[in-house]
Amino acid sequence: MGVGIQVEHLNAWYGKVHTLQDINLPIPANQATALIGPSGCGKSTFVRCLNRMHETIAGARAEGSVRIGDMDVYKDASPVAIRRRIGMVFQRPNPFPTMSIYDNIATGVKLGGAPKRKVLNEIVERSLRQAALWDEVKDDLRKKSGASLSGGQQQRLCMARALAIDPEVLVMDEPTSALDPISTSKIEDLIFELKTQYTIVIVTHNMQQAARVAENTGFFLNGKLVEFSPTHKIFTNPSDKRTEDYITGRFG
Amino acid sequence: MRIKFHQSLGDLREKLLVMAGMAEQAIQRSIEAYRTRDLSICELVFRSEPAINRLEREIDQLALDLLAMEQPMAIDLRFILSVIRINADLERVGDQAVNIAVRVREMGAFANIDLPVDIPKLASLASAMVRKALQAFIEADAELADAVLQLDDQVDAMNDAAFVELSGLIRDRPDLTPQSLNALIIARNLERVGDHATNIAEDVIFWVRGADVRHSATNL
Repeated sequence: MGVGIQVEHLNAWYGKVHTLQDINLPIPANQATALIGPSGCGKSTFVRCLNRMHETIAGARAEGSVRIGDMDVYKDASPVAIRRRIGMVFQRPNPFPTMSIYDNIATGVKLGGAPKRKVLNEIVERSLRQAALWDEVKDDLRKKSGASLSGGQQQRLCMARALAIDPEVLVMDEPTSALDPISTSKIEDLIFELKTQYTIVIVTHNMQQAARVAENTGFFLNGKLVEFSPTHKIFTNPSDKRTEDYITGRFG
Repeated sequence: MRIKFHQSLGDLREKLLVMAGMAEQAIQRSIEAYRTRDLSICELVFRSEPAINRLEREIDQLALDLLAMEQPMAIDLRFILSVIRINADLERVGDQAVNIAVRVREMGAFANIDLPVDIPKLASLASAMVRKALQAFIEADAELADAVLQLDDQVDAMNDAAFVELSGLIRDRPDLTPQSLNALIIARNLERVGDHATNIAEDVIFWVRGADVRHSATNL
């Protein structure tokens, strides 16, 4: 099941640049939350702070509180433990290129302890089914490499890989920006279905996509969270003039 | 940003203002026809209707194209939705003008008598509502739109009074029934014009403030 995320007074820096300023945001469990805003506004930094990937960059640091369920990400847990609870999918599909489809998914699972072969097979099948890729690849699991798939299939493979470790939260950073409309629509359908089991956070430049998939939307600008509201409100009657100017294309 | 889209929104606004001008003129002419019993003015009202209908379709098509191709958001989305609704109300105002002209033509067959109803006053109230609602649209002025909503009570009260007076006249002077009935229907048509002005004002408020004030207690 998904779990809610509570972010309080989150600040992040790249060196001396204060890229996230006092972010407070509740991300409800088992819903999709979209984050929008112009390039460089801090939305990607924000999601990278959720699973402590931000601090892996030299000179980058973060302060504040991020609670995933009862766990305080910056106090109670190791980055590895956190990342097992938060799966990530990135803008460009990044399957392990030389590994088979099967190994692309199985490798991450094995890192967390080697399950029996039968269990591993079940996990691979379940994850591929969840990512709506099973029917397309089931006959080539060990024959084809991850890189041999189409872009849209690769992205769903990455989603399957993220789901295989059974996370509670799935973070997607512009997951469809490199995909064609049909692949995009498949990913959006997946988001709709996966919400019942996972909490989803999606960073997107495509505002229509945010409107289609997310219950709540946050608008970031210059490192600040300007507005966080139900998606229908953001796109029909936002509270903040800056949100309105951005989504109506009057700046950005 | 989005230069083409914002130009198209400007075009949509201009077209709606043309539509508004035509609907307002039709109502003015129908009242002038009532006042003077000049059937040639009735003809002008009848002849303007196809142009109003054509423009209604044109505006709807432009709005539909913008919704489909530009995926407008927030205030732009509310603007287009309001334009679609206001467009329909203006077309109905045009229809009411035609209805009034039809009644005036019928009344032409009977003697022009003094009736216990001040149709020109009712008409000027209803037209003022339309004009103010359109002014509110032109200036994106939600406060002026609020003021229009208050005027509707006066128009309704005048229409109610006309009903009482004219039904009384029909009872007392059955020989004046045709004139009384026609005047009654004209009063009702003007009351409907006031309702359309109310709708337009509500749409302006929706566009500017994002608030849906339809059917709220204050303007029952």
